[in-house]
Amino acid sequence: MMDIAINLLASIMLAATPLLLAATGELVVEKAAVLNLGVEGMMLMGAIAGFAVAHETGSVWLALLAAIGAGMALSLLFAVLTLTLQANQTATGLALTIFGRGFSALVGAGYVGIAAPELPKLHLPGLTDLPVLGPVLFSYDPLVYAALLILALVAWFLAKTHAGLILRAIGDQHDAAHVLGYKVIRIRYLAVLFGGAMAGLAGADMSLAYTPLWAQDMIAGRGWVALALVTFAAWRPFWLLIGAWLFGAMMYLSLYVQGLGVPVPQAFLSALPYLGTVVVLVLISRDRRRIRLHRPAMLGRPFQANG
Amino acid sequence: MFSLQPRSAASPLWSWASPLLALALTALISGAIFAFMGRPPVLTVTTFLISPLLATGGLEALAVKAAPLIMMGVGLSLAYRANVWNIGTEGQFILGAIAAGTTALLLPDAPGTVLFPLLIVMGVVGGAGYALIVAWLRTRFNANEILTSLMLAYIAQYLLVFLVTGPLRDPDGFGFPQTALFADAASGPRLIEGSNLHLGIVLAPLVALVAWIVLGRTTLGFQLRVLGQAPRAAKFAGFSEDRLVWTAMAISGGLAGLAGMFEVTGTQGQLSTNISPGYGFTAIIVGFLGRLSPAGVVPAGLLLALTYLGGDAAQINLGLSNAITGIFQGILLFCLLGSDVLILHKLTWRRRAKVAAT
Repeated sequence: MMDIAINLLASIMLAATPLLLAATGELVVEKAAVLNLGVEGMMLMGAIAGFAVAHETGSVWLALLAAIGAGMALSLLFAVLTLTLQANQTATGLALTIFGRGFSALVGAGYVGIAAPELPKLHLPGLTDLPVLGPVLFSYDPLVYAALLILALVAWFLAKTHAGLILRAIGDQHDAAHVLGYKVIRIRYLAVLFGGAMAGLAGADMSLAYTPLWAQDMIAGRGWVALALVTFAAWRPFWLLIGAWLFGAMMYLSLYVQGLGVPVPQAFLSALPYLGTVVVLVLISRDRRRIRLHRPAMLGRPFQANG
Repeated sequence: MFSLQPRSAASPLWSWASPLLALALTALISGAIFAFMGRPPVLTVTTFLISPLLATGGLEALAVKAAPLIMMGVGLSLAYRANVWNIGTEGQFILGAIAAGTTALLLPDAPGTVLFPLLIVMGVVGGAGYALIVAWLRTRFNANEILTSLMLAYIAQYLLVFLVTGPLRDPDGFGFPQTALFADAASGPRLIEGSNLHLGIVLAPLVALVAWIVLGRTTLGFQLRVLGQAPRAAKFAGFSEDRLVWTAMAISGGLAGLAGMFEVTGTQGQLSTNISPGYGFTAIIVGFLGRLSPAGVVPAGLLLALTYLGGDAAQINLGLSNAITGIFQGILLFCLLGSDVLILHKLTWRRRAKVAAT
């Protein structure tokens, strides 16, 4: 019984990590009031870039860099279109996802069903071997810890630093921030690029750690779940963590219950995380006042400096 | 250097020239990508965009692929005009197909004159009903329709998988995830005897025509446009936003369901796990490329139908993956969004700033 519980906790941590990485990136993007719906596409690009580089070079670290680069490249395209050329953010985000799907499928065609090096698991002599605490705390791949660390850094950055204050100001009142002399567009570029890097990393976590292989469309909607997570958390980093565990648990449990052989059709269990996402979104969104209170006021609105 | 100057008013010329510029840019960029992959760029692009039209039966195949894209693109045009971001048409397409397909399987002996109109109704009701869940979640609970409609699209796909691997699976189908073939009566009239040209192919441009009239000439169309362009004005004018959201979702979902119904009854003849090659997402590009205008959606739907045929042609003739369909579609949407900047801006050439003291 204990073993099952420990296994469950560890598995939920693993399932939550790609969601947490991607959602942390999107949180910063949305705090700067940009809505990038292309997370799914950037994750797919990160997943294939990471997997391909790991397979070709044998280095998972180069692979992570490649995944970050792939995510950033796609997010740069998003930034140029929406921030410089003022294109519609919703449409551009969708374009990212459509393109990312096609591109990763084309590049990935040669990588289906083959192996690549996986991210190593942490092994601290003594600590990892501890009962209970070992497997629950000290046995993961580095991205699990990186995700938590980056989230903590982002929380600190947004709440405690001057630069974080400027970012939030741009998200809430870009005209005033502009008048005060802050470079609205430049800062939004940086936020979008950070979001791309995190989505790329999240994709690599999927293809190098969570299910270490490449399969077409392997992100399976996690990019969209990450977007839902940001709304769920009402743009607050701590709640992002709770949400990632909750959604990770839903994703893992649907797999776990399938493995138990319960007499419920597999397709229903597979659909559960998506249904759960809808339910959670509904529960969160119905409180309009709370959403309005926390939502970056300029979210999705274009900015153009006049004169 | 080049710089962008805001125009005083949107340029109607560029609003229609931008898709053409985008198409030209897309051909150039995809040619460059093919060259980079070590493929002859001109041959690959012409194989992709032109050879399908010259092949025997090419135009027929084009019409069959374009019909669902046009129907869904028309619905999305109306919805997006009203700022109702239904991006789950893939799910509504599937539900329309399920509703119609299940009916066809349950009534194998019904005469075509009764069955076929019933299937049309079932398709529309299935798609619209599924879309109205999204409308209800938005108007009642304030839930973002982009995310809910997309999540429901995943759920629809799993529902389809459940049905064709479970209760609706063809008992004589050797375990393949598909239903039995529908009765002949379910496929409706053919435009040309023996061809694949089903009734939906005539209906798609008619739908576009009706939507064009609704959008431009009726109060409903006016209200949808005002809601999209000036939501505050719509509120002051007393238009019910909730009612318009429901209407926009019902129309776009109903048309997606209709498209799904024709796809399974008219083209595929059965339900299976892959009834849609991503039509629902491609229809979003169709809508934007067609300027969110029902009139523009018709040529845009034909062009994107061509990208599916082009992917197949590139796979068969050049040994490329048909995933290039998705890449081409993505690049096309990128280029379109980029060239749309010219609608509201002028591109001017200026000498590098020699700032004169004023």
